[in-house]
Amino acid sequence: MFSDTFIKLWQNGIIQKGIWETVYMTLLSSVLAYLIGLPLGVILNVTDKDGICPVGWLNRLLGLVVNFFRSIPFIILMVAMLPVAKLIVGVSLGNKAMIVMLVIAAAPYVARMVESSLKEVDSGVIEAAQSMGTNNMQIIWKVLLPEARPALTIGAVISMVTILGYSAMSATIGGTGLGQIAISYGHQRFNPDVTWCCVFLTVLIVQIIQEAGTYFAHKTDKRLGG
Amino acid sequence: MIELRHLGKTYKAAGRDIIALDDINLTIEDGEIFGIIGLSGAGKSTLVRCINLLERPTEGEVRIDGRDITLLKRKELLELRRTIGMIFQGFNLLEQRSVLRNVMFPLEIAGMPKADAKDRARELLKLVGLDEREGSYPSQLSGGQKQRVAIARALATKPKYLLCDEATSALDPNTTRAILSLLKEINETLGVTIIVITHEMKVIDQICDKVAVLDQSRIAEQGKVSEVFVTPRSQIAKELIFPGNRKEFGDHGGRRIRITFHEAYAYNPVISQMVMECQVPVNILFADIKKLDNEEYGHMIFELPVEERDAEKILAWLKKSPVDWQEEV
Repeated sequence: MFSDTFIKLWQNGIIQKGIWETVYMTLLSSVLAYLIGLPLGVILNVTDKDGICPVGWLNRLLGLVVNFFRSIPFIILMVAMLPVAKLIVGVSLGNKAMIVMLVIAAAPYVARMVESSLKEVDSGVIEAAQSMGTNNMQIIWKVLLPEARPALTIGAVISMVTILGYSAMSATIGGTGLGQIAISYGHQRFNPDVTWCCVFLTVLIVQIIQEAGTYFAHKTDKRLGG
Repeated sequence: MIELRHLGKTYKAAGRDIIALDDINLTIEDGEIFGIIGLSGAGKSTLVRCINLLERPTEGEVRIDGRDITLLKRKELLELRRTIGMIFQGFNLLEQRSVLRNVMFPLEIAGMPKADAKDRARELLKLVGLDEREGSYPSQLSGGQKQRVAIARALATKPKYLLCDEATSALDPNTTRAILSLLKEINETLGVTIIVITHEMKVIDQICDKVAVLDQSRIAEQGKVSEVFVTPRSQIAKELIFPGNRKEFGDHGGRRIRITFHEAYAYNPVISQMVMECQVPVNILFADIKKLDNEEYGHMIFELPVEERDAEKILAWLKKSPVDWQEEV
């Protein structure tokens, strides 16, 4: 049923290593993308003209930067950002460099995701907090972020799935993981079973992230009485 | 004491100036329940938000206990807001926090230690009758219960003033009455000065000592609730006191007389007496009796017969009687 290549790949632990690399790249890139994207999203939200601290020029400037990166297809962005990766991590090949690409591509996406999640917080609740003498920092930490938690969690799931997809694409310029196995062992050496195995494993990982994230979001959403 | 002096607010929208408030002058004494009534769009919500500067007036002064708060620094303003509680039509509770933690919220903001905040919050939940629901979340409560939590939260920092922005407009009549009694009780037992914004006369009737009628960004009239109720001078006050469109009374061609009953007169069968003595029928269009400041007040509008001779008979009777009446135009 399986080709020799597949059996060899499995026995040598290459597929298992691929799974690990994909998971590891996705998780680490997501964390780093949120480190940049979350504050960026908060700033985008609060400096909006309807936000708690409107700063028109900053909002427009950040919006422009975010849109700039978001409008470049990932495959082109990767190639264009190789020198930047080299500048930051010293190499332009391998997973280290790929994580830089993934973060550059995902952070603006995360920022928009966070911005729209925070917009869902009822402006009346923010007004009530202001009437109690909260300052803007307290509104961010004690009102905006906790009240938007379910939407933020769902957003994180969507972002992670997108990053997982990006990580597979990064195989075309030297990334590793399931994407790379599918391309070099499956596609280039004519082993469709290897390709399909990678597809199956990727779908499985996405399902796990999706299910776990949705479960967590619902479980902690007090509006649903959970 | 809250004093608004020549308060004005102008918005700029699409290059045009929109006047939300125009030369508002009000004095709210300590311990009062002060009502501000008006139709939607009259500027009530903007007005109440000028008292804690959620909206900044573009003209005039907001003096709280003698201090013009429009001149305060940001930090001083945040501290001042802790002495002015506020509740809203939409309750505005934090959906992801339990009832207890909602009430603790303003205390956390004020920097009170957690254990003390918990004790204080429990005390307040007891006051509003929800001490058994402290672990519930807002989504599990009814509208009336949510507003009680909001009241407990607004009172947590022991404010001197409580602003109520259409606080009962989303509630059914029974719940409205219960919430209003709670506010009255809070006013009487804790001495909190309450400012009530509403579009419903029944809210004013039930709890307010004084009322200001807001119409098209200006104060049309103000005074004690009983005075404004008995002798409304402005067109808008009349409209609010006599509910419904006055054209609904129908037009049969006769002149209309409005009688005001107050205190002792409220129980006298004036109309029966009048009709029996004059032997002329009248058509009653509207009648209402209310209890204000523990006195009964009533209004009645009736239509005179079209026949001039019969109408004169009634008018002659009214002129001789001690009844408070006037012809409606």
